[in-house]
Amino acid sequence: MAVVSSANSTVMNNVEAVRATLYEALKNDERTLILGEDVGARGNVFLITKDFIGEFGEGRIIDTPIAEASIVGIAVGMAMEGLRPIAEIQFADFIYPSFNQIVGEAAKIRYRSNGEYTCPMVIRTPYGGGVRGALSHSVSIEALFYHVPGLKIVAPAFPADVKGLLNTAIDDPDPVLFLEHKKTYRLIKGDVPNGHYTIPLGKANVLKEGTQLTVVSYGLYVHWALEAARQLEQDGLSVEVIDLRSIRPMDKTTILDSVGKTRKLLIIHEDNKFGGIGAEISAMVAEEALFHLDAPVRRLCGPDVPAMGYALPLEEEFMSSPAEMADTMREMVKF
Amino acid sequence: MASTHTETGTLERHGLSDDQLRAIFRNMLLQRQLDNRGFQLNRQGKVPFALGSEGHEALQAGAAMAFNRGRDILAPYYRDLGLCLGIGLTAYEIMLSIFARSPDHNGGRQFPNHYSSKAAGLMSFSSILAAHLPHAVGAAYAIKYRGEAGRAVLATCGDGTTSEGEWHESMNFVAVHKLPYVMLVENNEWAISTPLDKQMGQPEIWKRAEGYGMPGYRFNGFDPIATYAAVKEAMDRARRGGGPTLIEGTCYRYLAHSTDDNDMTYRTREVVTERRKQDPVPAFEAVLVEHGVLSPEDVAAMRKAILQETNEATDAAEAQPYPQASDLYTNVHEGAWQPWQS
Amino acid sequence: MATTITMPQLGETVTEGTVAQWLKSIGDSVDKYEDFVEVSTDKVNAGVPSPVTGTIRELLVKEGETVATGTPIAVIDEVGAVRAEVPQAPAVAHAEPALPPSPNGAKSGTTETAEAEAAARGASPAVRRLAREHHVDIRTIKGSGANGRVTAEDILAASRTVVASPPATASAPPLAPAPTAPPPVAPGAARTSTYAQPMPGTLVPLTQARRIIAERMVESRHTAPHAWSMVEIDVTDVWSWRAREKERFERETGYKLTLLPFFVRAVVQALATFPLMNARFAPASSSSQAAIYVNDEVNVGIAIGLPTNLVVPVIKHADKLSIKGLAIAAGELIEKARKGKLNVDDLAGGTFTVNNNGANGSWASAPIINGGQAGIVTMEAVVKQLVVRDDDTIAIRQMMNSCLSLDHRVVDGYVASGFLADLKRRLQTMGPQGEL
Repeated sequence: MAVVSSANSTVMNNVEAVRATLYEALKNDERTLILGEDVGARGNVFLITKDFIGEFGEGRIIDTPIAEASIVGIAVGMAMEGLRPIAEIQFADFIYPSFNQIVGEAAKIRYRSNGEYTCPMVIRTPYGGGVRGALSHSVSIEALFYHVPGLKIVAPAFPADVKGLLNTAIDDPDPVLFLEHKKTYRLIKGDVPNGHYTIPLGKANVLKEGTQLTVVSYGLYVHWALEAARQLEQDGLSVEVIDLRSIRPMDKTTILDSVGKTRKLLIIHEDNKFGGIGAEISAMVAEEALFHLDAPVRRLCGPDVPAMGYALPLEEEFMSSPAEMADTMREMVKF
Repeated sequence: MASTHTETGTLERHGLSDDQLRAIFRNMLLQRQLDNRGFQLNRQGKVPFALGSEGHEALQAGAAMAFNRGRDILAPYYRDLGLCLGIGLTAYEIMLSIFARSPDHNGGRQFPNHYSSKAAGLMSFSSILAAHLPHAVGAAYAIKYRGEAGRAVLATCGDGTTSEGEWHESMNFVAVHKLPYVMLVENNEWAISTPLDKQMGQPEIWKRAEGYGMPGYRFNGFDPIATYAAVKEAMDRARRGGGPTLIEGTCYRYLAHSTDDNDMTYRTREVVTERRKQDPVPAFEAVLVEHGVLSPEDVAAMRKAILQETNEATDAAEAQPYPQASDLYTNVHEGAWQPWQS
Repeated sequence: MATTITMPQLGETVTEGTVAQWLKSIGDSVDKYEDFVEVSTDKVNAGVPSPVTGTIRELLVKEGETVATGTPIAVIDEVGAVRAEVPQAPAVAHAEPALPPSPNGAKSGTTETAEAEAAARGASPAVRRLAREHHVDIRTIKGSGANGRVTAEDILAASRTVVASPPATASAPPLAPAPTAPPPVAPGAARTSTYAQPMPGTLVPLTQARRIIAERMVESRHTAPHAWSMVEIDVTDVWSWRAREKERFERETGYKLTLLPFFVRAVVQALATFPLMNARFAPASSSSQAAIYVNDEVNVGIAIGLPTNLVVPVIKHADKLSIKGLAIAAGELIEKARKGKLNVDDLAGGTFTVNNNGANGSWASAPIINGGQAGIVTMEAVVKQLVVRDDDTIAIRQMMNSCLSLDHRVVDGYVASGFLADLKRRLQTMGPQGEL
């Protein structure tokens, strides 16, 4: 697959990490199977499941009709009946028809049957913009779902996290929404430890330590934020960057420890600002760390418009660049 | 398709013994009694909601007789009281659901009539019509995937549900994959207040089967033996790997949709009274008495025993404790997960 | 055992039901679950089943009568006192629920918050807390943050500077006193705080009345610039007039005759002469400019101090009442006040206020103006004093001070002292006899 960088790890990008993890899961557990549009013969539109059907058979790599509600619904039934389905929604923008199956059904199976039935399933989907994807190939959806008790949601940004969290998601006895930022698929490379390992849900990762500002982000933007923070370091400004990795549950301790140290918090996410993840983090910090704050909590987020447009100026206006992030960070450090 | 009386006046049993015929009838009586008890309790002010199934007794008792307990899976909807009784749920379990007491399968969390029983193979379902059908499809897929011969999924719904997108998506998928699946539509002609001719252009639902590429047929849902034959044929096909079938049983919904519905706002009492003449409970009683399977004394004794069974189940369930306030927080996930992890 | 059956709720929004028809009569027997009455609502007609087996003892509602949900409609005597053993409930096959989590934080969580601090405006929560913890006066710190903002770092830097001696208070600007400097300590040593422990005491929660009084007092003092004046009044003659009338008055009316009604009579006459004292300052609003509003009516509030709070009931149209009328009106209001029976009307509409402080022995006081008025006048204690008269003779007279707080937006010293002089003159010429 990729160049082996050491005896214990392999360098790969995010899409390779997804592929490798799925492959191992299929090999190790007969109950695991994958269903979605174009996952079989085509091997997924990003080639994640290329050639899986040859090795595992069309009974396990199922090309479904174009019917998102039942892709998720059928996976729910499989999970209730003892299999470990991994359902794929081809683009997060297509997930809306399955909203009821995710929120009204999957999330509530264990709860409504008081534990008699459970729903151990994964829904994987590529999300996010910066790929000239326009209205229907660019959205972020985490804010729509992170509100729902009974669902778990992860959004790793690095290949090592992709593998660890996907393994955790597949093993999890409850439904997990696994979000893959499509722009990071080939853009982000990193060391991925060999062998099977898991990363627990609800644990954020401090990517860079700092003392003057806490930046919390996830997905593509955590890479830009890291770049911006490194620029500020050249000027002697010390910014701490935290990769959430896990959206629901979310890591309170890491965030509060950091804010306790730096006293300033900037949340950066690609998703629209109003009601986005940043809103919950802001509320939590206001409730639990108000008297540590030396500046108002700020959120640098996607504008509150329905989508980034296809025309390049429209996409660029929607997306934040490392330079914009650096400007905001600088303002806050100097506040 | 199948009929109960041949022209010579003998009873066409389709292989059912006297005991089985009596069991079918008992199921019908018990269904009607428990159904009515829900309404009585509502009128006494003891439970806030009741939903009835009068008119479905023959269809559900006959279908249940074709269900293999311990092997098949049932994915019903909320009017399937008789079907759930027929596959093994007890009057006590029904009453626990009505009273929302703690030992209920759902811990008192669900509306009444939303039965669930892993032990009986009864899949948990919500009030969202057709949402349960992809689940039933998934279960059928799991059965086939694991190579479990002789097992099938019996999925049911009313005529109303057949308008939902997920009904279509389910039919499509089971046909493509030839899954061990039977779609039993209980056509009682009403989707709350919407009559058949406002729901669909083709009032015979079984005819859609050809469009999906599977066999389909219709039977008289007021005739429990005809029902049994139809469901058995479809389930047997599914169990031996012959793929799915769409079957439609015709019946009628005699009551309003539930205690929150006043059906006199959309149909007349005369129409309902006229259709009552087809009521399957007295009709089947007459058939069994006529053919010597039951005497009138047997019927009276059966009714008395059922009333007692119902009363005992009611009292026993009512005596159970409610779930506690702290029970609200359990079983969101396996283990204790809060949205914010410390 | 008698069981009472009430009108059931036959539908979500139903609030009443009509007994359409009794299916049983008194004395009839009825089985459990047997319908014994037909009830109709606007939605549905339904039979109501009996909850017990027994005999109908009473039917409490007539056929055709409509009653609210929950109203008793019948009484049934239950028969067969010994109920059959409830059979063993069959066990329900049921998977054990997963480990229940401890419900900590299950509802919206309570969190610990740091103690609230009074501090310079605009300082962030971190700055306020750090300033308090490290005994730094925020106002003395030059801020290094944006727009000169004092930052948390600034406070921490300041706290690391050792203070050798207390700051020279003489040269300090006239601000609120700075906290006393902590004893000199080596950097990094732990400080003990003199402020950390709260003063010992008891927390007395505010009653609603206390809360309102507190708010009104603050508002009045902060809106009206209060000025103050006092006169000394020779009330000897009016005092003896009162003494002469006291017994008869109490006999006739049941109320006590104090100096108050005489005083109020003099007040309303003085108000007639100085109508600006019976006015209020009307601040600018969105629809009008600021102005002084002179009241046509003269409604005098009398301040009454009760054990727990202060009430000011109003004698309406006090200018139209005789001394007797004023005495009766005051007596009624005082009695109502003591019984806690004052209503909103009793307390509203005042245009001027009299405060009889003298009952407590006070010699002078500076009352707070009742919001919406231009002044408030007191009666201080009546004291026998040695006075020098105009003809230089010495006499013992009953003397009473009267103090006036005035809203200086409405009236100046000229009007205020004129009012007080007029009040004094009138009181000094009342009595020793006359018509009440």
